[in-house]
Amino acid sequence: MLQFSFWDILSNLLIATQWTIVLSLIAFFCGGIVGLILLFMRTSKIAALEWFTKIYIEFFQGTPLLMQLFLFFFGIALFGFEVSPWAAATLALTFWTSAFLTEIWRGCVEAIPKGQWEASSSLALSYIEQMRYVILPQASRIAVAPTVGFSVQVIKGTALASIIGFVELTKAGTMLNNATFRPFLVYSLVALIYFCLCFPLSWWAKKIEGRLNVAR
Amino acid sequence: MSYKLQFAELLPYWNVLLYGLAFTIVLTVVSTVAGIAVGTAGAAARTFGPGWLGRVVAVYVELIRNTPFIVQLFFIFFGLPALGLKLSETTAAFLAMVINLGAYSTEIIRAGIEAVPKGHIEAGLSLAMSKWEVLRHVVLNQAFRKIYPALSSQIIIVMLGSAVVSQISAEDLTYAANFVASRNFRNFEVYLLAALAYLLLALLTRSLLRALGRVIFKAR
Amino acid sequence: MSLVSIRDVRKSFGTNEVLKGVSLDIAKGDVVAIIGRSGSGKSTLLRCINGLETYQSGSIVADGIEVAGAATNLRELRRHVGMVFQQFNLFPHLTAAENVMLAPTVVNKVSKAEARATAAEVLAKVGLSEKMDAYPSELSGGQQQRVAIARSLAMRPKVLLCDEITSALDPELVNEVLRVVEQLAREGMTLILVTHEMRFARDVGTKLVFMHHGKVHEEGVPKEVFAAPRTPELQQFVGQVG
Repeated sequence: MLQFSFWDILSNLLIATQWTIVLSLIAFFCGGIVGLILLFMRTSKIAALEWFTKIYIEFFQGTPLLMQLFLFFFGIALFGFEVSPWAAATLALTFWTSAFLTEIWRGCVEAIPKGQWEASSSLALSYIEQMRYVILPQASRIAVAPTVGFSVQVIKGTALASIIGFVELTKAGTMLNNATFRPFLVYSLVALIYFCLCFPLSWWAKKIEGRLNVAR
Repeated sequence: MSYKLQFAELLPYWNVLLYGLAFTIVLTVVSTVAGIAVGTAGAAARTFGPGWLGRVVAVYVELIRNTPFIVQLFFIFFGLPALGLKLSETTAAFLAMVINLGAYSTEIIRAGIEAVPKGHIEAGLSLAMSKWEVLRHVVLNQAFRKIYPALSSQIIIVMLGSAVVSQISAEDLTYAANFVASRNFRNFEVYLLAALAYLLLALLTRSLLRALGRVIFKAR
Repeated sequence: MSLVSIRDVRKSFGTNEVLKGVSLDIAKGDVVAIIGRSGSGKSTLLRCINGLETYQSGSIVADGIEVAGAATNLRELRRHVGMVFQQFNLFPHLTAAENVMLAPTVVNKVSKAEARATAAEVLAKVGLSEKMDAYPSELSGGQQQRVAIARSLAMRPKVLLCDEITSALDPELVNEVLRVVEQLAREGMTLILVTHEMRFARDVGTKLVFMHHGKVHEEGVPKEVFAAPRTPELQQFVGQVG
């Protein structure tokens, strides 16, 4: 049987961590783009668009991320496509992330005084122009802290991709545990690596939030 | 699309799914009550307790908030036996949930306590109440009133997160769905049904907590 | 022997010394009005008397208890030294009666029924019998402050500290609170008030203390001090606010 040293375990985990990071980045950025589109729809004052986004958000915030992964994994297969865990994880995490980001950002948009909408519409700006030039520049300032805070949830969320077979940090942990029978060491290291990824972001989010509160 | 959804094939398994649903509900209720108890103690320690205890609690909170629940679960279920602490699937699931919600609610309740005006604490102290009496009779009620919505959302998040306990074979709704899928291979149907059950549970929990809040924090 | 004896008390916040050796004697039944500019240390002095603030040197003995003593039971001290705040600080989740009943039931372990009777008595004294079951948010500022006074009275304090208790009130609500305090004074309650109400200090006070730069700058019988302030600082202060 193969013998694993501490360094073997750690280096294997770190290699897998790359995939956790890649998956997190993709989910966060794609989720951000989808979230931004949804944000426009959600605040458009067009009933059909608002209802669609509401139901979308309700579904992705009201069901377990794990279920969403399963649904994408098995759902796409129904259409006759070959689904890789990678594709299913990317799609599920993107949609899941977008739902939360939309809600976070909507809160920030709604925090902008109504007078800003009134003033900009009296300057004959269209809805898209109002958002682009007046509302979003102000809302984005207060959105930074909760957005950074949510990125921690995205990183932690990618751990669930291990369940549908995507080999990232958690999956690598499980595989190494099966090979080494050293669960305490392996899962301690896995937790520690996640902590090293997440804690700086949490800390940064808290710091920005504190600074904003002082400024206001 | 040529595929036809066949929900009828789930019917023979209704009792399995119902058992899973019941497990998820009990798991959520128990860990909510215990988790908030842990959170209250943690928040009290961070705000009113000695400095060293506050730092210990802070480390606990940050460790939990910055690692995935599934890793915490695996650590408890697979890792702790290496230290001689062997837990059943169910016990490990409950323990992990309580520890997880305990950390989040510590942070939420702490924010509530810190939002209580300092003058109210001073008024309590001036009435000869001890620190802990002030916390119990003056601070906590106001703090909970303030953070009740945030705590409610966290309870729902933790309920949804509990789907992960299926991975150590704790027999919750997701475990039941996995079981059914492994028997009739109607993966999509069963997961869709389970997802909708979770959605319903989330909506129900939300309105239930809202109603409960209205009863507890009567209009003043 | 004095009920409250303050000896050469010094207190700093960081490098900023706010009390620079304050001494004061307060006898039973005294009504002491402490006046002075903001930042003169008068509120800090008051908060030192019931241990809400600590001080670095000197001593305060209230009702025979050294406030800053190593073994001092602040709880015991505060059972006899009541305090009323500028911002009322009523507990918003409790009714007026419950605010008053809280300390007697929790601290003195009095029965609910007995505490309720006490609450009825002290609330009647401040003229709020009908408001027993009202929540603070349903009361005016003046009414809230009167409940706060009743809340302190329910503990049967030997001395009552009042920290600018009318400063947060609309002008038309000030008098209802002052009338309650005046009545307490007439009944022989020992009062220490930090106040900006000069006429009240002169008419009701038995002793006036003018604080300036963290020291007792001038003290005496209010009517005499106001009629003939000795120091230019007090002359100026009285000229500005009077």
